[in-house]
Amino acid sequence: MKSVSSSVAAVEVTDVSKSYPNVRALNHVSLRVEQGEFFALLGPNGAGKTTLISILAGLTRADSGTAKIMGFDTVTAYRDARRNLGVVPQELVFDPFFTVRETMALQAKYYGVSKADAWIDEILHHLDLTSKANANMRALSGGMKRRVLVGQALVHKPPVIVLDEPTAGVDVELRQNLWTFIKRLNSEGHTIILTTHYLEEAEALCNRVAMLKGGEVVALDTTTNLLRGATGITVQVSADALPAAWQARGSVQASGAFGFTLSGFSELETLLAAFREANITIKEMKLGEADLEQAFLRLTSKEAA
Amino acid sequence: MSKSSPVSAAEFNPSPLALGPGFRALFYKECLRFWKVAFQTVVAPVVTTLLYLLIFSHVLESNVKVYDGRVGYTAFLIPGLVMMAVLQNAFANSSSSLIQSKMMRSVIFILLPPITSFEIFCAYVGGAMVRGLCVGLGVWLITFPFVGAAAAVPQHPLWVIAFAAGGSAIMGTLGLIAGIWSEKFDHLAVFQNFIIMPLTFLSGVFYSIHSLPAFWQGMSHFNPFFYMIDGFRYGFFGLSDVSPARSLAVVAFFVVFLSIVAMRMLATGYKLRP
Repeated sequence: MKSVSSSVAAVEVTDVSKSYPNVRALNHVSLRVEQGEFFALLGPNGAGKTTLISILAGLTRADSGTAKIMGFDTVTAYRDARRNLGVVPQELVFDPFFTVRETMALQAKYYGVSKADAWIDEILHHLDLTSKANANMRALSGGMKRRVLVGQALVHKPPVIVLDEPTAGVDVELRQNLWTFIKRLNSEGHTIILTTHYLEEAEALCNRVAMLKGGEVVALDTTTNLLRGATGITVQVSADALPAAWQARGSVQASGAFGFTLSGFSELETLLAAFREANITIKEMKLGEADLEQAFLRLTSKEAA
Repeated sequence: MSKSSPVSAAEFNPSPLALGPGFRALFYKECLRFWKVAFQTVVAPVVTTLLYLLIFSHVLESNVKVYDGRVGYTAFLIPGLVMMAVLQNAFANSSSSLIQSKMMRSVIFILLPPITSFEIFCAYVGGAMVRGLCVGLGVWLITFPFVGAAAAVPQHPLWVIAFAAGGSAIMGTLGLIAGIWSEKFDHLAVFQNFIIMPLTFLSGVFYSIHSLPAFWQGMSHFNPFFYMIDGFRYGFFGLSDVSPARSLAVVAFFVVFLSIVAMRMLATGYKLRP
């Protein structure tokens, strides 16, 4: 394998566009992920995250633009690019003919890793799958299959690891174990790119975030800066009705309370005044600070567009 | 754990026509896949073919004369059945493996690693050939007692090997093409029931084309399966409907032609890397 300079980006996407019939999945997307980063790729369904990952992995071909993994073009130097990349796919896929260990060993051999037993044992241990090593893939629960997919992405020890919704369907305790393991990989120098619907995970783990919407990058910044930009507060109000002027801004929460995202405490005063003037009694009120979810909603909402 | 990839550069020859560890792993997986369900993929077709032999030989042995009576009908039938088993199972292996992995989306496991199109092609076709030849060998061994060693042992074993290898390669490649093209099991069934099965049954497995009316004799010459069966049978008896060299040329042409088509599909990512 050709050597790569440490200044080479782990992932470099330049002006990539991709269209499917009637859908423009990616529109001139450019971004760069440095080596060693823990990077989040966020966006609503249909934003283009999986298409971008598919292009990086060589599963889909871009209409235009280039994508590089550790400096290797995913089309012209695809073998080097793929050798440097591990991907955990979003879909729960498995080969029903094989056991967990056979699945992992075969995947290692596809990458030319012939003596991977010790490393496979270590992966199985960290993913809490040791007791299932000789079980057929069909016999595993959804969460276990998801963990095998994570293991398959790691068998060739790739410097860049892409996790497309890795914790979907995985219970809370195992999710924590998984993140501890992934954080360890990141601390050892592996670049991690993550897509997740659990925004608190991205907020807690990732140094930088790219937000996609409609196939375009609408934000690309450090998590800290994005949180700083997400000024404001969230308010949940339990009341029998809403003042007429606020009905359009309130959303009904699962608890039955009305939820608002406000620019700050001055706007909270306005909201409370509106309740007083409308003679509506507030039974309960909860305040919250801005988080990545708000930044996400702000940047991907129609208003922001 | 080291950050750098542990794969040795020497193991991965950059030549697009080299067969590296990815090929070996995928070929092994293709063989392991059918071997794990050997009752379904090897034993069952052997038994089915044995039933063909029992029924057809019992009914037709004394009524049908082939090669002017120089070969008994049962002895004539056996190479045809062996070759039919080779062809059908070679096709079934590559086509079913690929369509299953496409439908279950596990095809991603071979699309993500640095395996070349040529390696994928060789692994799938190689696995298909192994299964076809395993079933063919099983049929040949189990039919031995029906005719005895004198009729069952090939007179020209090299011709037998050449046609068995060529025929299984053609059908393995055709299975690969069908697997790539098919988007659901229904599409594959069309391929199997309306192309493979009729061409196999009308290829002279059960009869010599000299027993057909002139029109159908002529039509048989446009069926590539006929050449595979006829050439294979020549290896057993030294007798055939057309020259074995001509049959081998037809087989070689189809091996090359279908390989180019399959390689083109894999290299362009047709229906695999949209």
